[in-house]
Amino acid sequence: MKGPLFNSAIILTGMYLALKFILPLLTAPLPSMLISLYMLLTLSALMIFYTMSGTSLDEFMGPIARFLSGENQVGIAKPARLLVLVVFPLLVGWQTYTKLAPSDQPPAENRTIHPAPPGEFVGLANPYPKTPENIMMGKGLYAAYCSPCHGANFDGKGPAAPGFNPPPANFADPGTIAQLQESYLFWRIKKGGVGLPVEGMPWKSAMPRWEKELPDEFIWKIIMGEYDGAHQSPRTWEEEE
Amino acid sequence: MIHQSLMNILKNLVCKTRGLPLLKLGTVFAVLLLPCLALAQDAATQAMSVEYRDIPGMGSRNLIWIVAQQHLLLAGFVLGVPIFAWVCEIVGWKTNEPRYDKLAKEFTKLLTSAYATTALFGGILLFLLIGLYPKLMAYLTDIFFPSFIAYCILFLFETATLYMYWYGWDAMQGKKKAFHLFLGFLLNLFALGIMIVPNAWATFQASPVVVADGTDIERAWAAMQNPTWWPVNIHRLIANVVLGGFICGAYAGVRYLLAVSREEKEHYDWMGYVGNFIGVFGMLPLPFAGYWLMREIYQYNQQMGITLMGGFLAWLFILQAMLIGVLFLGANYYFWMGISYRIPGSAQSYKKPIMAMLIVLMVCLGVWMTPHSLVASLEEARKMGGTHHPMLGVFGVMSAKMTVSNLMILVTFMSFIMYWRAGKVETAGWAKIAKSVMGALLVIAGIAVIVLGVWGYFVPAIIRINYFSVAQVLIVLFIMVTFTPLTALLMKSAKTTTEMVWGQMPIRAGYSLVLNAVMVILLMSLMGYARSSSRVHWHIYGVMRDTSEYAYSPALGYAAAFMSLNTFLFCLLVAFIFWVASMGGDKSKGPQKEEPKGSQEKLPEGLTPAMAGGSPRKGE
Repeated sequence: MKGPLFNSAIILTGMYLALKFILPLLTAPLPSMLISLYMLLTLSALMIFYTMSGTSLDEFMGPIARFLSGENQVGIAKPARLLVLVVFPLLVGWQTYTKLAPSDQPPAENRTIHPAPPGEFVGLANPYPKTPENIMMGKGLYAAYCSPCHGANFDGKGPAAPGFNPPPANFADPGTIAQLQESYLFWRIKKGGVGLPVEGMPWKSAMPRWEKELPDEFIWKIIMGEYDGAHQSPRTWEEEE
Repeated sequence: MIHQSLMNILKNLVCKTRGLPLLKLGTVFAVLLLPCLALAQDAATQAMSVEYRDIPGMGSRNLIWIVAQQHLLLAGFVLGVPIFAWVCEIVGWKTNEPRYDKLAKEFTKLLTSAYATTALFGGILLFLLIGLYPKLMAYLTDIFFPSFIAYCILFLFETATLYMYWYGWDAMQGKKKAFHLFLGFLLNLFALGIMIVPNAWATFQASPVVVADGTDIERAWAAMQNPTWWPVNIHRLIANVVLGGFICGAYAGVRYLLAVSREEKEHYDWMGYVGNFIGVFGMLPLPFAGYWLMREIYQYNQQMGITLMGGFLAWLFILQAMLIGVLFLGANYYFWMGISYRIPGSAQSYKKPIMAMLIVLMVCLGVWMTPHSLVASLEEARKMGGTHHPMLGVFGVMSAKMTVSNLMILVTFMSFIMYWRAGKVETAGWAKIAKSVMGALLVIAGIAVIVLGVWGYFVPAIIRINYFSVAQVLIVLFIMVTFTPLTALLMKSAKTTTEMVWGQMPIRAGYSLVLNAVMVILLMSLMGYARSSSRVHWHIYGVMRDTSEYAYSPALGYAAAFMSLNTFLFCLLVAFIFWVASMGGDKSKGPQKEEPKGSQEKLPEGLTPAMAGGSPRKGE
């Protein structure tokens, strides 16, 4: 029974089980899009490896070709072949139907988390010096206005966070504010969720439009406090001295 | 109004010239001409104020999109091929091996066939731009006019040099070969000029600079020196070599599949190998050039950088990862098949290293293709706590992407080194030490690239961009520049244990060459769209706004369909050009090269026709 085809079946099954059932034991479940992607890569790797030489190609494709052609088949192989030839197209059809049939589920989301800022916010620099006093003031303002959602530890786990979907941003994650310039944060805080462009799905964000409540000075100092508290640095084009 | 007043003048004149028929008639004609002049002036004023024209049904933007893309792809091929044709010719001249000279000539034959079509599409594009976007073209002409003249002169020189280079090939052999090589050098020099001048126009649209007062030449020169000009020049220069290499590889692949005689099979198998090698050779430094370009764009304008890398165009970069991944896999697959089929008996001994390389490539590709924000259903997003996966989300940022792209380059380079060493045994006394040092260096380099990648998450972005990413690139380059001469030295004294046999590759090798070419065309169409789209609703970013009815970015699905259409059209064009080129070749080849009847018996054991039906004996 051993051979390239058998090995491939074992590897593909093992991979699927690991992605679908074992990985979620350690972290959040993967979306089906990512599972399909990784399965496709695994299948491609197997195809490449087993078609590298004539011998392995024959070992890999031979059993499939012989089974499907029905040559010299006896015993249970005959009805098994018929079963595959009938069930496989039905499965494909069923899969297609389930993908296309109308459903009450909302479509998969493709939200741009960090859309491009409007021109007037590009290139702005924080006008306040990075002094301990300003940072402290920023952290105080953050505690008052931002921490209920973004958390006292800047990790997006404030007491109000469980009420929001999508959840508030986690500033301690190196994939969020560390990738952005200060002017970007200034735009996001000042204009809030409603200020997002369409691709950012403004209807999905509960971020308040803080320009109504806070002067620019407070916003700039909150940004300073956020970076300091989350142990991140803003993206700049000059190195700090 | 004008017409009415002219009629009054005419009436008065006719009354005053009563009795003088000839004069009267002449006057009438003369006066009749006046409205024509006035109307022409009116039309000219009206034409001057036309900002856009449209093509009903299709839309002006779509037409420009197709024609510009075809022209760019053809130009990429035409400018890329002379580089390696010339290098091949030098190799043939230095090594006294006529097969390299023959190959260089064959590459140039493809070039001459494609040259006229490129110019034709350039002309069509120019007329369409003048007609459909007169305001934009008037603005660009005002700034760049001196460079237009320079471009025309360069084009004249390029054409004249190409004619001499191609038609003088056979006449300039022997003592005149040095002059022919000099012509090849000039051809490449003018080609470089032809590429960088229009690049200045396009990059000015994306990253315009303030053009101060001065002479026309000073103004044009100032506009040319915009921040993305040289990054695009370098990126395109390398990409042209990649495109040219893979297209020549595909040409060889198709000819290999069609080949009947053994001589043809051997030749096109070897040509396919060279084409793939050139494509891979160019592909290795290409990600570095792309990284530099993106860095300059980001530094020039944050908004444009985010639109490309994090905004609505970010998904194009996931598609790009997929296409580059397929390209890397295709190129390596071809190398690995070469080991299995061209070096008999090697398939088994290289199985394990190939498997290790394949696993590394696949893991890297998996990381590269993992987006920062995932497409997820509401239920899945709830379980993940957003569209950002808590564990795999870290793969979505540049630190991870840079690391895996460097590792993929390293693996591909090692694939080539492995191919080079296959079927040979080193005889030099220091070979063992050299191999150990190379092995140790490779492991250290791999670990260093990964460590820098992981460390990149914990330092400010500017440190990562300026030092860590650059260090990763330098490490990989260090490996390339040390391993290549070291391996060459080792191979100089190596003993060949198994002779390389050409013309035995399976048919899927030919198809993989075609696949590589299609991938690189699709990739260029994709990234060409990304670069152009990053200007969003601006003709010239921040300077001249697009006020046409097409001042919106098309949906990604629509854009992807157009890229596919462009790829398909270009493949058709190339197929047509190569078909025409091969017709000439077949005629000149004559009957003497046809395989003699019954020669199939002479083929070695296991050698089958490259394509089903390709042999008269296949059906028997």
